[in-house]
This record gives sequence, structure tokens and C-alpha cells, in this order.
Amino acid sequence: MGNWYMLTMVGKDRPGIVAEVSQVLFEAGGNLGEASMARLGGNFTVMLMLQIDAEKDDVENLLQPLGEKLALFFHIDKIIGDLYHHVEPNFRLSVHGADQPGIVSMVASSLAKLKFNILNLESDVGGSPEKPIYIMHIEGVADCSLSSLEKSLQPLINEKGIVMHLVSIDTMLG
Amino acid sequence: MAQLKILVYPDERLRQISQPVKGVDNKIVSFISDLEETLSSLLGCVGIAAPQVGLFVRIIIVDVSSRPKHKNHGHLVLINPVITFNEGNSIGREGCLSVPEYTGRVSRSQYIEVKAQDRFGSDVVYQMEGYEARAIQHEIDHLDGKLFFDSLVGKRNILKKRTDF
Repeated sequence: MGNWYMLTMVGKDRPGIVAEVSQVLFEAGGNLGEASMARLGGNFTVMLMLQIDAEKDDVENLLQPLGEKLALFFHIDKIIGDLYHHVEPNFRLSVHGADQPGIVSMVASSLAKLKFNILNLESDVGGSPEKPIYIMHIEGVADCSLSSLEKSLQPLINEKGIVMHLVSIDTMLG
Repeated sequence: MAQLKILVYPDERLRQISQPVKGVDNKIVSFISDLEETLSSLLGCVGIAAPQVGLFVRIIIVDVSSRPKHKNHGHLVLINPVITFNEGNSIGREGCLSVPEYTGRVSRSQYIEVKAQDRFGSDVVYQMEGYEARAIQHEIDHLDGKLFFDSLVGKRNILKKRTDF
């Protein structure tokens, strides 16, 4: 079935990018795996697992004309396509407050000390240009209690004046 | 007693609407035992619906007692369950025996009242909330040919209040 690659693309957002990229890959015999696309600050961004019977150079040559046409930067890495082994998050952390330097770094450092593995992180800047607010959601897995996580995050809440909401995720399997 | 084989999506039979049970005969009693044995063999699983094992009758089993932090009514075998009241909304993560290796966040009613018959055919009614109510709604959906990923909530729902994970 070919090699797995991670294709990263970044450019100015406009309608039709996903359609054009996926058509080129499909016509070249590519198979898409997991993907995450987001519009970040007006930019189109996507990370896309691609399985294709081709070497990295060939994939780059395939995408070059499209990259030029759509003004997209792209980057390709060979990866292991480890599908069907999802790790379930057991905690979800929501953070929001006045935007200020260091929120992510401080939150992530506290989590890392407890060997919290971040599986998903999404953040947005909202509010107004004069008074921006920062909103972040983290899902991850850690082998510790909710209260120990809360304890490690408490100093940040006090210091940064941000609001944190931490919950355990109890996946209902039925 | 026997463990039954779970139908796995995209098996079209999971989309079939299950038929009401007309009476609790020996066949139904024996099937419920098999369904219970099947559920108890599945680690971490708190519910199962008859159509998941290929019998398209309106029977579900829910047992959340292994998660004692959630309010629950213990081991429930519900025949012809109907939700007669629902209120509130909560988003929580669900997975499904019939959809391996995928979980997603689903919006459900926070409070429900469910009417059904028990394993002896007697009428029962339960008021429940949160995790147990989520399990019941998930299983009743199976009876109507619906799967949890028909009602997934998008990943990027910023500042939406989330309860009952």
C-alpha cells in the first residue's frame, strides 16, 4: 500500500483548498489517514496523513505545482502510520483569561511534571484587540489523581489570574 | 449461556429498527442471559443493546455500578424502553462496541425518565441523570438504528460549558 507521510500545509485561507489538494492526492493513488485542519489566525493549516506508493521526492514533485497555484507552503515527513491504536484522554483542562505571555508554557510545564501527556491542544485568541482573551482546551492522559493535577495548577491560577476548569473524562462505552 | 458476536460498523444491520418485545417467553429469557454474559465479558463496557448482537428486538442492558462515582440504579435490563421526559443537556465522551477504536463527544439530555418492562415483564420507571442517563440514551439509539457518531459535537466549541465527562 505504500509509505506513510505526514503532509503539512500552510497558506492563506480560501474556499476549495482541501478539495484541490485531496483531488491531486487521490488521482495519484494516495490514501488519506487521520487529519487535522484548522484556520489559525486567518491561515489555512492542515496536517494530513498520506499513504502513497511513492518516495518523498515524488510526493514533493506531485504537490509542487499545487503549492505554487494556491500559494501554500508544504512540508513532507516520512512517518509510521500507526492507526487503530488510539489513546483515550482521561482529563480535560479548559483555561481562559486575559491574554498574557507564558500561559501555555506554565500550564504545560506543570502538566509535564506530572507526566501528563497532551493528546489534543486547541487554543484561540478572542475578545478585542485592546483586551484580548486567551482560551485553551487540553485533553490528555495522566496516571495521577484529579486533585494532584488541581494542586499543581493552583499556583498558576493565583499568579496569572486565569480561570481553569479541570474535569476527568469518563468515556461511556456501550 | 453463550457469548454473542458483536456486529461492527459499517455492518448495515446496525441501522435496522428493532421491534417491540410482545411478551417475555423462554426464548427472551435465554437471550437476556446471553446478552448479560456478553456484556460482562467486555471490559469497561457499561451497556449493550440487542441489535448489537444481531437480534432486532427492543432490549437493552445498562449497568453503571462499576463506576460508583456516578449515580446509578445498578444492573438494569430494560425491555421496550421509552424516554418519557428529558431535560438539560450535557456533552460527554462515548465509545461503542460496534465502532472500535473511535470515541467522540456527544450531546445528550442530562436528566431523563425512562419507562420500560423489566426482565419479568413488569412495568418499571426510572428517573436518572448524567452518565447513567447517557448510557441509556446511547443504547436506545441502537434500537432505532442510530450510532453515537450520528450526533457528534465538533472539537472546537470554544467556551461552551461542558459537564459530565
